[in-house]
Amino acid sequence: MGAALKLMRREPAVPIAGCTDVYVSLNFGTLAAARFLDLSQLAPLRRITVRGDTLVIGATATYTSIIRSAHVRRRLPMLVAAAREIGGPQIQNRGTLGGNIANGSPAGDSPPVLAAAEAVVVLASADGDRRVPFADYYTGYRASVKRADELIVAVEVPPVEGAQWFRKVGTRAAQAISKIVMAGVRSAAPRLALGSVAPTVVRLPRTEAALAAGAPIAEAQRVLGDEIRPIDDIRSTSAYRRRVAANLLARFWADTA
Amino acid sequence: MKFTLNGEPVDINAPPMKRLLDVLREECALPGTKEGCGEGECGACTVLMDGAPVCACLVPFAQARDADVLTIEGLGGDHPLQTAFIEHSGVQCGMCTPGMILAALALGPRPSLARVRAGLAGNLCRCTGYEAIYRSIAAAWARQGIGDRVSDRAGKGAL
Amino acid sequence: MGVVGVSVPRIDGFAKVTGRARYVDDVAFPGMLWGRTIRATIPRGRVTGVALPADLAGFTVVDHRDIPGANAIRHIEHDQPCLVEREVRHQGEAVVLLAHQDRERLLAADVRLAYEREEPLLDPLDSTIVHKRILIEKGNLAKGFAKAAHVLEGEYRTGHQEHIYIETNGVIAVPEDDGGVSVHGSFQCPYYVHEALKHLLGLPGELVRVLQTEPGGGFGGKEEFPSMIAGHAALLARKARRPVKIVYDRAEDMWATTKRHPSIVRHRTGVAADGRLVAMDVEVILDGGAYVTLSPVVLSRGCIHAAGPYRCPNIRIDGRAVFTNTNPNGAFRGFGAPQTEFAVEAHLDRIAEAIGMDPVKLRLRNALRPGDTTATGQTLGADCSAVAVLREAVRRSGYTRKRRAWRGGNRGIGLALFYHGSGFTGAGEVRLQSRCSLATTARGVEILVASTEIGQGTRTMHAQIVADALGVPFDQVEVAVPDTARVPNSGPTVASRTCMVVGRILQRCAESLRTRLGALSPAEHFARHGRTVVTEQYEPPPGVHWDEDHYTGDAYATYGWACDVAEVVYDPDTYEVKTTAMTVVHEFGRPIHPVMARGQIEGGTAQGVGFALLEHVVMKDGGMANAQLTNYTIPTTLDAPRMDTVMLENLYEHGPFGAKGVGELPMDGPAPAIVNAMRHLGLDVREVPALPEVVMRAVERRAAAAPGSAA
Repeated sequence: MGAALKLMRREPAVPIAGCTDVYVSLNFGTLAAARFLDLSQLAPLRRITVRGDTLVIGATATYTSIIRSAHVRRRLPMLVAAAREIGGPQIQNRGTLGGNIANGSPAGDSPPVLAAAEAVVVLASADGDRRVPFADYYTGYRASVKRADELIVAVEVPPVEGAQWFRKVGTRAAQAISKIVMAGVRSAAPRLALGSVAPTVVRLPRTEAALAAGAPIAEAQRVLGDEIRPIDDIRSTSAYRRRVAANLLARFWADTA
Repeated sequence: MKFTLNGEPVDINAPPMKRLLDVLREECALPGTKEGCGEGECGACTVLMDGAPVCACLVPFAQARDADVLTIEGLGGDHPLQTAFIEHSGVQCGMCTPGMILAALALGPRPSLARVRAGLAGNLCRCTGYEAIYRSIAAAWARQGIGDRVSDRAGKGAL
Repeated sequence: MGVVGVSVPRIDGFAKVTGRARYVDDVAFPGMLWGRTIRATIPRGRVTGVALPADLAGFTVVDHRDIPGANAIRHIEHDQPCLVEREVRHQGEAVVLLAHQDRERLLAADVRLAYEREEPLLDPLDSTIVHKRILIEKGNLAKGFAKAAHVLEGEYRTGHQEHIYIETNGVIAVPEDDGGVSVHGSFQCPYYVHEALKHLLGLPGELVRVLQTEPGGGFGGKEEFPSMIAGHAALLARKARRPVKIVYDRAEDMWATTKRHPSIVRHRTGVAADGRLVAMDVEVILDGGAYVTLSPVVLSRGCIHAAGPYRCPNIRIDGRAVFTNTNPNGAFRGFGAPQTEFAVEAHLDRIAEAIGMDPVKLRLRNALRPGDTTATGQTLGADCSAVAVLREAVRRSGYTRKRRAWRGGNRGIGLALFYHGSGFTGAGEVRLQSRCSLATTARGVEILVASTEIGQGTRTMHAQIVADALGVPFDQVEVAVPDTARVPNSGPTVASRTCMVVGRILQRCAESLRTRLGALSPAEHFARHGRTVVTEQYEPPPGVHWDEDHYTGDAYATYGWACDVAEVVYDPDTYEVKTTAMTVVHEFGRPIHPVMARGQIEGGTAQGVGFALLEHVVMKDGGMANAQLTNYTIPTTLDAPRMDTVMLENLYEHGPFGAKGVGELPMDGPAPAIVNAMRHLGLDVREVPALPEVVMRAVERRAAAAPGSAA
């Protein structure tokens, strides 16, 4: 691990693990990089453990290991739900949580879960570790606070109070990019995060406040409509995303009542 | 670089970032693993790595170090899945077939239909509509003696 | 004991399940170069400059000036160039070809095209350039409408569909010492390629040789398009004097090759009080793209099927295939019929709804029966099974009970009745003059045909027919690789003709050979007399008359008949409609190989489900913007429905052992069955793909029409 960080400090390379995103770009000629740092052999990065009451998921834990982990199933079942819907078995056997975060696609399936869980991203460099709350991690479309010499090494998830809920709406039943993806936590202070409706994953503070204040669901849906700015793209339309987001909000609320 | 290929230890020279798919087809002279898309969407390039199905187009060669890699050529020719795919026409044009059979192999013994459908969701077939593939897999398990052979090859499938 | 009707192990099965089958990308030749195609990225304009890399060491470069023969890929017309001279008519049009021994260098080469752009014509409804017009008239439309108690109009649309054969297009061209060329590749029609290359290269037929490697699927996408890629490889090989391999990656294949014709079909239908169809006025518009290619034939089949499997005394079908600045659309399983049968079957359920009649009863009242005449005036015989398939599908699926029980909930059930002509339209088979040969060998006999195995089971099915017709064991029959130097032209592997037409010629070959053999087995005869070859040519079945000028008469020698019942489940949160089960009842004479025939039905049904719900080609500036498998989504195991398939028998007198064609029939039913299931849910959808975004709009329209009801 230390050697890896020294390498990154000396001359940053593209970190690779499961290779389900960045490697595709390389093979299609749209990635100019020539130096890669293979993290897949670093065993500590793969581990899923509990420290105190914090769930710690290593950056190169695969979706398959997340699905099978008793820790994750108990503490963050909405991440298991998300992992089951990413790609298909081959992708789940290789793709990693760290890779999903680093890829930074606004349609990513794990970021809404991590946002709703108020997870913390652990970044390491030759100078040591720093922890970034998930809400502060992304700064814009595929942009984050991670420096070129840093590696994502883990995601730390504090205990999540309340019922967890996850729904992905893709272009088909498997191997699909999301058109809209939602994670929610129901408690006295409900949390709501959405993917594919903005350049990054977003929490919805005004909608959350409306729900917390006991507003009727129709009112919360109206606030939601104001709070998101979905677009038309090759997979879906703004109108569809807007309407379905509102429907999913109602479904989340009814399911977790 | 050393790894195990179809049960045999091998030492193959190839650029570390070259796709395992291409190394298998070129340096290893095993063209049975097919390319359908190059983006991990179709599963035609599925091989088993340490018992788990992965898309060989998404594995840089360096990551196969010390791994146990199984391609379609490693099944010989009389594996019950192979025989069943012929008999029940789980194979039509054959392009998805090597990847499909290996993904089916990794499903473990007597998978339920639900498990088969979930387990093969990463393998696209355009010819069969999948029904004959389900029938082929069920028929393969109905044969005697498949249990031991499959578990030998498929490993524990943990990654 | 014969093998026809028995599901023998597929001849090519072992090679495919062991990874030994050789697809074009598995094949290499010594000294082989890789080829690459530089394509226009604008939909309309002129190429004003081609900037090649400064260092061209090791590169072979080909443009239109290198074409020795005619710069045209010949289909029906000769309007499509092989390489752009100056004028660009669609995105993806090939301009320059490159070859190099080092694949990485080849792909890294930076070639820039400069253009003068013009405003493209992209909406087929705006197009006044007609590739082909067809008019079918029967009876008197005005008189028919005068008798109508109800008149219902509707417009129905279908979009592009991309084949997504798991193996992309690929070819290897090898220059020969005699100045000729051999081409190996993934083809459905080796002789189409042969013909195209003769004219492109200015070579006599004997100097052009076309051989098939194992194709990984075709579905029509390797019917006419390969003439283009083969032409490109041959030009490069000729110039470089080295073998050249071109294999498209998935993105190029999706962007730059043919797709299914989008359609707009308008119906105006007069119905009598008792539900009889008394007048059908149909307008068919197909978007043909930038060149004529096969649009006239697609339009033909589409129009002939446009009135559905129904009897109606007064019909008018006015069809046109029009020009747009898009990639020319081409052959895709079904070939016009999936588009027009979608429209008529969706329309029929709207009629049922409007007049308050049960959809089954409406179809029973109007379905064609033996003795009835079609839109082209063809009198059907005992080989017509519309009523039988309808009754069986309704019975087996529990349609009537479910239709009642599921009303008002989130489950829907819908059906479609459909048919598909086997073989080429009208005089097409006579024009083709297909020939097949059978030769004795040391092992037994060898089948020599140009029909290709594209997964559907050609080799095995032909061998079964020959084995039984000759009276020899199945394992004594071999099938030659389709090689234009060795096999006669038995016509293209299209139009559901490979069993019914080519198989029948083979049956006659076998019968002729049997007479020649006398008491000897083929191998014995071979040992004594050497190789003996018997060749037979297509003979039209008696009593088939087609008038090409007036588009009347017997459009097809016979038809397959089918009825699909689709069960769907609807998610009101996401507007997703999922097909959970399909009951699929087909009559196609009889299956030569039941397992393989079932495979055709199930595979075609899955493609139809994709066509109905999932497969959306997003066009931007006249080109496919979602040319990745991630973004163009075909059904996975979790999207394809469970299927209950029934194959009814009705032996066809002039087919081999009673068989008709089956390859395309399954494609025509799923889309309307699914849309009719949506109608059962109260959703008025008139287009496919019926994406959730489309369904959402139907829900909004319903809410607007009935304020206060739940959306």
